[in-house]
Amino acid sequence: MPEIRVTPLGAGQDVGRSCILVSIAGKNVMLDCGMHMGFNDDRRFPDFSYITRSGRLTDFLDCVIISHFHLDHCGALPYFSEMVGYDGPIYMTHPTQAICPILLEDYRKIAVDKKGEANFFTSQMIKDCMKKVVAVHLHQTVQVDDELEIKAYYAGHVLGAAMFQIKVGSESVVYTGDYNMTPDRHLGAAWIDRCRPNLLITESTYATTIRDSKRCRERDFLKKVHEAVERGGKVLIPVFALGRAQELCILLETFWERMNLKAPIYFSTGLTEKANHYYKLFITWTNQKIRKTFVQRNMFEFKHIKAFDRAFADNPGPMVVFATPGMLHAGQSLQIFRKWAGNEKNMVIMPGYCVQGTVGHKILSGQRKLEMEGRQVLEVKMQVEYMSFSAHADAKGIMQLVGQVEPEGVLLVHGEAKKMEFLKQKIEQELRVSCYMPANGETVTLPTSPSIPVGISLGLLKREMAQGLLPDAKKPRLLHGTLIMKDSNFRLVSSEQALKELGLAEHQLRFTCRVHLHDPRKEQETALRVYSHLKSVLKDHCVQHLPDGSVTVESILIQAAAHSEDPGTKVLLVSWTYQDEELGSYLTSLLKKGLPQAPS
Amino acid sequence: MAAHLKKRVYEEFTKVVQQQQEEIATKKLRLTKPSKSAALHIDLCKATSPADALQYLLQFARKPVEAESVEGVVRILLEHYYKENDPSVRLKIASLLGLLSKTAGFSPDCIMDDAINILQNEKSHQVLAQLLDTLLAIGTKLPENQAIQMRLVDVACKHLTDTSHGVRNKCLQLLGNLGSLEKSVTKDGEGLAVRDVQKIIGDYFSDQDPRVRTAAIKAMLQLHERGLKLHQTIYNQACKLLSDDYEQVRSAAVQLIWVVSQLYPESIVPIPSSNEEIRLVDDAFGKICHMVSDGSWVVRVQAAKLLGSMEQVSSHFLEQTLDKKLMSDLRRKRTAHERAKELYSSGEFSTGRKWGDDAPKEEIDTGAVNLIESGACGAFVHGLEDEMYEVRIAAVEALCMLAQSSPSFAEKCLDFLVDMFNDEIEEVRLQSIHTMRKISNNITLREDQLDTVLAVLEDSSRDIREALHELLCCTNVSTKEGIHLALVELLKNLTKYPTDRDSIWKCLKFLGSRHPTLVLPLVPELLSTHPFFDTAEPDMDDPAYIAVLVLIFNAAKTCPTMPALFSDHTFRHYAYLRDSLSHLVPALRLPGRKLVSSAVSPSIMPHEDPSHQFLQQSLERVYSLQHLDPQGTQELLELTIRDLQRLGELQSELAGVADFSATYLRCQLLLIKALQEKLWNVAAPLYLKQSDLASAAAKQIMEETYKMEFMYSGVENKQVVIIHHMRLQAKALQLIVTARTTRGVDPLFGMCEKFLQEVDFFQRCFIADLPHLQDSFVDKLLDLMPRLMTSKPVEVVKILQTMLRQSTFLHLPLPEQIHKASATIIEPAGESDNPLRFTSGLVVALDVDATLEHVQDPQSTVKVQVLYPDGQAQMIHPKPADFRNPGPGRHRLITQVYLSHTAWTEPCQVEVRLLLAYNSSSRIPKSPWIEGGEVSPQVETSIEGTIPFSKSVKVYIMPKPARR
Repeated sequence: MPEIRVTPLGAGQDVGRSCILVSIAGKNVMLDCGMHMGFNDDRRFPDFSYITRSGRLTDFLDCVIISHFHLDHCGALPYFSEMVGYDGPIYMTHPTQAICPILLEDYRKIAVDKKGEANFFTSQMIKDCMKKVVAVHLHQTVQVDDELEIKAYYAGHVLGAAMFQIKVGSESVVYTGDYNMTPDRHLGAAWIDRCRPNLLITESTYATTIRDSKRCRERDFLKKVHEAVERGGKVLIPVFALGRAQELCILLETFWERMNLKAPIYFSTGLTEKANHYYKLFITWTNQKIRKTFVQRNMFEFKHIKAFDRAFADNPGPMVVFATPGMLHAGQSLQIFRKWAGNEKNMVIMPGYCVQGTVGHKILSGQRKLEMEGRQVLEVKMQVEYMSFSAHADAKGIMQLVGQVEPEGVLLVHGEAKKMEFLKQKIEQELRVSCYMPANGETVTLPTSPSIPVGISLGLLKREMAQGLLPDAKKPRLLHGTLIMKDSNFRLVSSEQALKELGLAEHQLRFTCRVHLHDPRKEQETALRVYSHLKSVLKDHCVQHLPDGSVTVESILIQAAAHSEDPGTKVLLVSWTYQDEELGSYLTSLLKKGLPQAPS
Repeated sequence: MAAHLKKRVYEEFTKVVQQQQEEIATKKLRLTKPSKSAALHIDLCKATSPADALQYLLQFARKPVEAESVEGVVRILLEHYYKENDPSVRLKIASLLGLLSKTAGFSPDCIMDDAINILQNEKSHQVLAQLLDTLLAIGTKLPENQAIQMRLVDVACKHLTDTSHGVRNKCLQLLGNLGSLEKSVTKDGEGLAVRDVQKIIGDYFSDQDPRVRTAAIKAMLQLHERGLKLHQTIYNQACKLLSDDYEQVRSAAVQLIWVVSQLYPESIVPIPSSNEEIRLVDDAFGKICHMVSDGSWVVRVQAAKLLGSMEQVSSHFLEQTLDKKLMSDLRRKRTAHERAKELYSSGEFSTGRKWGDDAPKEEIDTGAVNLIESGACGAFVHGLEDEMYEVRIAAVEALCMLAQSSPSFAEKCLDFLVDMFNDEIEEVRLQSIHTMRKISNNITLREDQLDTVLAVLEDSSRDIREALHELLCCTNVSTKEGIHLALVELLKNLTKYPTDRDSIWKCLKFLGSRHPTLVLPLVPELLSTHPFFDTAEPDMDDPAYIAVLVLIFNAAKTCPTMPALFSDHTFRHYAYLRDSLSHLVPALRLPGRKLVSSAVSPSIMPHEDPSHQFLQQSLERVYSLQHLDPQGTQELLELTIRDLQRLGELQSELAGVADFSATYLRCQLLLIKALQEKLWNVAAPLYLKQSDLASAAAKQIMEETYKMEFMYSGVENKQVVIIHHMRLQAKALQLIVTARTTRGVDPLFGMCEKFLQEVDFFQRCFIADLPHLQDSFVDKLLDLMPRLMTSKPVEVVKILQTMLRQSTFLHLPLPEQIHKASATIIEPAGESDNPLRFTSGLVVALDVDATLEHVQDPQSTVKVQVLYPDGQAQMIHPKPADFRNPGPGRHRLITQVYLSHTAWTEPCQVEVRLLLAYNSSSRIPKSPWIEGGEVSPQVETSIEGTIPFSKSVKVYIMPKPARR
């Protein structure tokens, strides 16, 4: 029995460390290869030894697919390919290929240089790993080998995020990665055609949330920044370098443009600048507005946003600064925060979630006095705002995507178990699609019924077409023919031709059946009664009474004979060929019911 | 004529008795025409290969064919068709047959038999499809003939089972265009069974080819458009098509569902998987709402657009579209809008939100949450944040239409519209502001909403700001703080963009007059008066101060207690402003002063306005006194023209009518004067010089008639007749003058013929109106037409002259609404002393900003003219996108004009003005042949002449020689 097997090594009922193994029609594919933010030990990477107890990964895996550049989707890649050892192809989109090494390098620096970890992958390993990458375009069908093909679809979420369709023969799986069904300021909404895969593996971060319109949040954000700038205050927006930062930049940039504002906006340098460069390049991956207007002006070539210098923080007058990192736990954003915290005119806007223990979390939960290192106490007078900008699909969006794709089954990953439970129930209830949510290491087996293409001879097709005139394309139609299996190809031909090809003579197969009728009259009369009865019942068949006393219905022969022992009972002999089985059996059942009482 | 010609084809075996006169006519036609069909025949016979034949046919198709010779051409084509083996040539012939049968004046029933005949023997699918197309053309040409229609429907049904999608498509199209349900036809339909066209088309909803499915739905829509009532059963079929794999099918299905929902809004349909039933229109609404989140944006646009026109939908369904039923972590959450509303109603202001402020409260029963089948839920929320701005615009438009019909919905959708003011695409922002303005009488803005609305005042786009001013003109504000806020923001706007001055003043005028009671408590603060101390007198020329005064004075008009709060200088300023800005400052009833303006206040205006009466009377006087002696007539005309012009200046609402009539009277006056000339009595050689006046008069009349025809909006057909009649008279005058002044007869021939053509054209165009023109010039002219046709030019001139003198003065009926087109150039202002410097030979862009009033179709008619000092004139066609439409009857042209010139030594002024281009031949209907053929559409865009309709503005420019 053919089947599809899916085993999450990470992201099964969990967020982070996305890594899913899929076996489809004998091909093994690994979807994403991420790390877990929450752990610093072995658990941070997926357990690759699960894949093959011993032996090389390359022999077992046909390909690896990376959906986008976030570290929880690609963070373990150099470890996997260089340290564990994998030499096969790694597929990702062009923007992901460009941005991924920057983030990996950054991650490596923090792990090795700051935390001093040994036995971590090196810069060279990142480079070597990236050499194994094959970049794909959107909607390009890539033939991994003779049978396995993959195709990327736009997913929103971040620049270059893609959903992948993995297809072998007629069996297919769609993996969404992270995606966003509502467009934002710089990216469009995810889109996929109705490809009806056997299985859809979807993320479910917001499985239990239906979100408010994005516009309110944007408006609030802009209004707050505008007000703060108007009264001469400084605004600090701590961000992570990629993704949301660009969205907020565009938002502010267009607002500044529209409102003719003059206050400077700064962006902390380094990683971000490099990333912005790629955003500028991959304009085709952005949304309609940016794509359409980039000929006049590339939206990522910011007019109002300039690079930040440490000294600018002390400049008088209003300004807006984007600084990394996003949770105010270290680095430039914290430095600036300390400088500005004392003034009530200033404002800090936290655009995302903050982990417990960080300064960001403390101020968001209302703490006004912060203890800094060296027993200093920092009094926070500046305004603290929280704005959530997130680029995952909400419950409605997930349902919408499932509806768009029309899969046979759905498998939820990248979400919390409790929330998945709810969504699973909803999907099964409302879309009537079976739904799975395996934990890490748990295998889901999905039986499939792959369709096998069969060639049909034109003559047969035309003959059958001619019989039914009504066009009902979507209904199955019964067709008589002979299936010939020869050298692993299948053909459907008419039986005559099959006989001819195989050099066989035709055998007639006839069924005969005796029906006892209680009828005291003579045989001829019985036959006549049978004839008139059938004639009245079978209006659209050709019923004939032959001179020798037998009755024919099409090719079915009915003869009446007297019973040898009981003259009061007549025996009807019904005989039909194999081809007329349907009509023949109907006739016998009809005759078994007896004849209607003749009008005597 | 066609029938007659048909007889001619079979002349050998029919005897036709014809009247002599007709014979002459046909002979005349035959002299020029038969060459066409003959040439074609020869060409086709010459053709050795199919490619050759195709070439000949293509060449032939470039030239139009007269209705009279169509029949012959068709015969030749058909003959060739039977012989032709190559399908591409047959295809071309089939398409030509279709084109030919569309020729005006040709009745194609005679070629139908042949067309059906060749259809039966045709094997090629493409040719079949083309032939069906031809039949469609024939069928649509003969909408009256039921038998033919039945026959064509029959043919279509027969070919519906064809294997090619193209043929099936065409068959369905044919059915859609010609199929009918009326049973009455059957009795004379001779054996043709009645077919239920809807059933047949409906069967093809499940065809295997998506193109055929689309065609089937389109055919169904076509049936509806032709007035056939669709069955309700189609609804279920159409609903199934909503989940089709192909976007064009879904898009068409959405339309069909909409149509059915409009036909049977009240019928009840069951909800699947439950026992409940709902109204069909509600069900359809839910389904279309669902399509707003379709995968294809084409479908989304279609769905969003149609939502707007479903007015019968129940209100709770409607309101669902704005509610996404938010939840977070399985707990119900309030939207930001709801929270804002609560904050507002609890009297608190948002002081910067705490983290988790929007934390969800109540737990939701997991079973009760419905994630997709919630139908209408949040359709507009989705539509408004769609990726494609086309969808967003469609959604905003739909919101607008629904809100106009339902005040409660208007109230609810306000928050969403306000949010759209922040969209990234300017078009969307503009559209939502306009929408808001349209529904503004249904709504009152809350303070927090007003805040967001006013934030847009700082937008750098002028269009947006002005649209917002318009919006503020007609908004209701609920509190005095709101008014204050609006004023403060508007003043901020004024300092940031001083060019918005006029628009802001106007906005404050309406704001004041709408909210007198809210302005009242603000007055002391606004005027910064103090109960005990005198404050400094503000600067009278400060635009911001004027803005405040405009607001207060307009409020004071309906609030008599307000002037008591004014200080002395305010009264002085009032007097000044009332004089200088009378359109913004109303007349006030001030204590201790007599009313400044006359007692006519608009509220006590009688419905028969005296000035209108005056206009009527003076016109009637003119029309009744037409038999006076010429001297008296002239004087009266002059007097009336003067009166009318003055009236137009005084009463702006009557300006259009007054000007229009005055122009007409002026034409008449000129005509009379010209005819009074002495020259008519003097012998020819002597008056060469004096004839200037008459020919100048003729020329001026022509100009004035063009102005009358094209510069006024609301001119109806009956006026156009009179105008054309006047023009005809001017042309006659011109002819006479030329005849008198030129020697020799040769040039006259051409002129006469041309004039007679004009008369003929006049007759053809206005044949319906001729009865109204009793006793007029043209009436008499047409009586004498046969004689004129045969006369010599000299005689013609003589006849014309007497007729022109005898003709009576036609009464010009006044149209209901008439407005003169006018334009004001706002920019360039023409006051600058600094020349615009640029390198000669290169171009410089000059921004032109103008408002146009009462111009119909400005995109094609308004041009910009630049006159250089050397007399060189340049006409510039602005792009259609440069025109905006801020209000009914008003347009705004914002464009860039590129100037270039060779070097000058001194800066010099160029003149910029706006022209109204016209083309009087645009009234002639185009023949289908030309549309279908490869003739370029130049004919339509050609300009016959232009009328300047704005004051010219002088711009100082200085092209410098290029430095080497």
